[in-house]
Amino acid sequence: MSSEITSSRPVKSIGLHVGDAAPGVKKVDPILIADGVKRTFGGLTAVDVDHVEIPRGAITALIGPNGAGKTTFFNLLTGFDKPDTGSWSFDGRSLAHVPAYRVARMGLIRTFQLTKSLALLSVMENMKLGAKNQVGENLFRSLIPAIWRKQDTEIEVKAMDLLTRFKLDAKKDDYAASMSGGQRKLLEMARALMSDPTLVMLDEPMAGVNPALKQSLLDHILGLKAEGMTVLFVEHDMHMVRHIADWVIVMAEGRVVAEGDPHTVMEDPAVIDAYLGAHHDIDLGADSEHVEALKELIDDEQ
Amino acid sequence: MDWGAIFGNAAVELISPTTAAYALAALGLAIHFGFTGLLNFGQAGFMLLGAYGYAIPAIHLGWPFWACVLTALVASVIFALILGIPTLRLRADYLAIVTIAAAEVLRLIFTTNEFDAVTGSASGLSNYQGDLLALNPFPAGRYGFGPFVFDNRVWFFLLLAWIVLALAAVFTWLIMRSPWGRVVKGIREDEDAVRALGKNVYSYKIQSLILGGALGTLAGIVFVLPRAVVPSYFQPSLTFFIYAILLLGGAATILGPIVGSIVFWVLLSFFSGFISRAVEAGWLPFMTQVQAGQLRFILVGVAIMLIVVFMPQGILGNRKELAFVK
Repeated sequence: MSSEITSSRPVKSIGLHVGDAAPGVKKVDPILIADGVKRTFGGLTAVDVDHVEIPRGAITALIGPNGAGKTTFFNLLTGFDKPDTGSWSFDGRSLAHVPAYRVARMGLIRTFQLTKSLALLSVMENMKLGAKNQVGENLFRSLIPAIWRKQDTEIEVKAMDLLTRFKLDAKKDDYAASMSGGQRKLLEMARALMSDPTLVMLDEPMAGVNPALKQSLLDHILGLKAEGMTVLFVEHDMHMVRHIADWVIVMAEGRVVAEGDPHTVMEDPAVIDAYLGAHHDIDLGADSEHVEALKELIDDEQ
Repeated sequence: MDWGAIFGNAAVELISPTTAAYALAALGLAIHFGFTGLLNFGQAGFMLLGAYGYAIPAIHLGWPFWACVLTALVASVIFALILGIPTLRLRADYLAIVTIAAAEVLRLIFTTNEFDAVTGSASGLSNYQGDLLALNPFPAGRYGFGPFVFDNRVWFFLLLAWIVLALAAVFTWLIMRSPWGRVVKGIREDEDAVRALGKNVYSYKIQSLILGGALGTLAGIVFVLPRAVVPSYFQPSLTFFIYAILLLGGAATILGPIVGSIVFWVLLSFFSGFISRAVEAGWLPFMTQVQAGQLRFILVGVAIMLIVVFMPQGILGNRKELAFVK
């Protein structure tokens, strides 16, 4: 499987951190900083992150076994869930008690693990919904088309542009429901880009996507970085992580257990422990067979 | 059997003010359920507020009709806020539970003898149309053609009802084709996705609840103008008849509720006319007149089931949508 997706070597960003790569290491230019973020569900501590910084302008992967708290951490950062304690800020602005829609307006856009395409809206309408600051979204102004028509046309041009880039332009008038799972992932990503975000958070963008489409998704994610956006993604596919991530943060049991560039971090004993148990001495990610075995192990946990 | 009378009575329902009133209430539900995905089972409550909100200030305070309409609308906005603020943050079904209960609470408050002086309790209120009738452009008398022969008062309320309905339909069409409409339709599909795109979902849901409720309130006014208002009109079954109309016509359409209401009332009138005359003529020996009166509602129930099973998109709904309904 690895052969199809390593067509070209992406340029990795280096020199993102200050000092030794360790959990909670300081970054040269962090875009997102979380401090003491803790979330418990009854007796279970889902997330307990002391300090973590996400580097700006780079692709950061958040990995960890199932139940490590990655998605919960995503939800906390984007306002979809509220932590018990802690503070976190985006671009220097605190995000505590900021509702999810305001977080999105600040430029922090997320996608979901289970794709949320708006099934009975056309692909084009899905895209247009992503645009920010639409005057016609005000009830009173919506009554007079003359007020919003011009902006709507501009949005449509932009949407068409993105759809062409994502090769979805032929489907623009179809219901999102009529698309395949992989196409919906593409649509969700394209829709997120309609708002010109500064930080894109992708929750398992590769889950359930076939290898051919994976390659195009990877290229799109690298494209985001090339355009100056920061990407944070959750992923189980270690090949993808190694291929495109500039920085990797490993979570286990709600905590950040390791950080570093992808090659070093995957040799970190703490990461191997987290994935395979302390007494399992498999060389993580040495070749594709082991990764497959690892993925099967992870799947078994589900 | 007098087929002429059966068809004549059915034809009258084509244009009766009641048909327009039900269509208007269904249009409100289309905003709630069809476009935003809000399960409002208390449309009867909004209609009740329209009816009493109009009648009480007209009778007790002698207010002009426009002030009465405003009172009704203000009451309905307050009602929508009371229902929406605590429940719209929760899952959709909580709104359904709260609305059906709140509509019943309202009906019982207006039925109880405690407030008889204001509400007229179970016997209701009448003669509140005074200053509106002064505007009646139709000269006194009965006129019309074919089965459509009414007195000038009925013609006036009929015209008024269809004008209000037409305005409401244009209004709904305008907002639903705009970016505002796009947001609420997105909320219907998946509110978390819309939230993640930076839209204040809660505010849109409240706006939708208020708008659809306001149409329900106008429907209540239009409904009681040609008659007297009694609380027993506003049983929960009223809400379900309106849902039947909405599903019959097509939930996420503008003209669906209007077509649905016309079809519903014409068929209902035809069935009840036919059955009662069939009983009279001894065609249905196992049935009394009283039972025949109830049979039409059984038929409505059967019709709703048949629509949902065999034509879930309704008369004007988009068949394509159904290919993807899970």
